[in-house]
Amino acid sequence: MLDYTFHWRPALRALPEMLSGALVTLEIAVLSMILGTIAGVLLALARQSGNRLLSGFATGWIELARNTPALLQVYMAYFGLGSIGIFLDSYLSVLLGIAFNNAGYLAETFRGAMRAIPHTQVRAARSLGMGSAKAFRLIVLPQMFRIAFYPMTNQMVWAILMTSIGVIVGLDTDLTGVTQELNVRTFRTFEYFAIAAVLYYLIAKLVTVSARLMAWRLFRY
Amino acid sequence: MIEIENVRKSFGSLEILKGVSLNVEKGEVVSVIGGSGSGKSTLLMCINGLEPIQGGRIVVDGVDVHDRRTDINKLRQKIGIVFQQWNAFPHLTVLENVTLAPRKVLGIGRREAEEVAVRHLAHVGLGDKLGVFPSKLSGGQQQRMAIARALAMSPDYMLFDEVTSALDPQLVGEVLATLRMLSEEGMTMIIVTHEIRFARDVSDRVAFFREGVIHEIGPPEQVIGNPQRPETVEFLNSVL
Ligand SMILES: Nc1ncnc2c1ncn2[C@@H]1O[C@H](COP(=O)(O)OP(=O)(O)OP(=O)(O)O)[C@@H](O)[C@H]1O
Ligand SMILES: [Mg+2]
Repeated sequence: MLDYTFHWRPALRALPEMLSGALVTLEIAVLSMILGTIAGVLLALARQSGNRLLSGFATGWIELARNTPALLQVYMAYFGLGSIGIFLDSYLSVLLGIAFNNAGYLAETFRGAMRAIPHTQVRAARSLGMGSAKAFRLIVLPQMFRIAFYPMTNQMVWAILMTSIGVIVGLDTDLTGVTQELNVRTFRTFEYFAIAAVLYYLIAKLVTVSARLMAWRLFRY
Repeated sequence: MIEIENVRKSFGSLEILKGVSLNVEKGEVVSVIGGSGSGKSTLLMCINGLEPIQGGRIVVDGVDVHDRRTDINKLRQKIGIVFQQWNAFPHLTVLENVTLAPRKVLGIGRREAEEVAVRHLAHVGLGDKLGVFPSKLSGGQQQRMAIARALAMSPDYMLFDEVTSALDPQLVGEVLATLRMLSEEGMTMIIVTHEIRFARDVSDRVAFFREGVIHEIGPPEQVIGNPQRPETVEFLNSVL
């Protein structure tokens, strides 16, 4: 162990490669959040819909997403779907696996946020002649996103970190994938993974800081 | 014209409205007074279809409010309502609160909607609060904003549910002044209120609500000035 000497210079030379990996990581996280948010809103609505089938489906999704390892969820998207004849490449299965996970967590966040909006808000909107869909879109959704904004930021950070499990389905373009490739090629394990850790940390910080700025711009009330 | 015919309304097994009948003519101002829990708010909700009814019918300008075939969103455009609790949309500015429904429901362009909104807001004394969020308004200002918001839809009828009950005494006057102004302009209104003196001044008729029915109704000089039924006397004594 003591005969391991650090070689930072060659490791740092791989930085551009790792940065482009970081970009892929960020891309997967952002897309999985967009998909997860859309699905999460629909799941939250389905769960409260009163329709047995819809709410059962939503509850099943939410329970699975929240109570099984994210790693298994990505695994299922890759191998599980493959066994029923749907073949996704590793990028897509990571994206959809994480979106599945995001949706489960966000659905519960959204449901709680919707509950926090007084029913009188919808009543006031309906009294002005808005249909229920319009009232939801114009009055409930914007207030819901404000209440859910910080939990959503957390989920986004979580999504970034989750992308690292993509290696198990052979994803080699994201930050962990690129790092793993470099590691295999050079065996400078510590240096590469240390740099990767710093990059993950920086992306996560970047996300939280820009979320704070966004909140400041969006929620003026 | 609003025609309320023998309306029955229950929440579960609890019957709140037990056969309410009332006709409100165009241009008329009817005040509804009565004890807490007697069903006054519930009646207003039924009039614009926010609550279903179990019996009787409510007809507005010939259209049955609770008929399945009625386009309720369309009907509500001509019935403005201001609720007992403040109901500003917190995520929108005062101006946006007022322009939202004209733009998104009536499809009026932004510029025109804003012109109308500014006029109504000035009318209720909020002309200098356009870009402010409701959280920065006092209760009375929020309530007046809600009035402007309802008026911006150019309703033919306005329903007011104790719009002053949650206000500090010094704010009550400004809201009542707004209602008085509307009555002078000929707006058809049903005003649920605890302000007996105000009801006497502003109404063409006053309805005393008790135990789910209209117990006594008539011109204010009668119902408030010279009530015919002992329960009305008792109620007035308890609030005046
Ligand atoms: N959504 C509801 N579900 C069940 N009961 C309700 C509901 N809304 C009102 N009630 C009940 O109906 C009765 C009448 O309520 P309503 O709000 O119409 O009275 P009100 O005359 O407006 O009283 P107040 O002067 O206190 O505002 C009350 O007993 C109330 O508890
Ligand atoms: Mg009431």
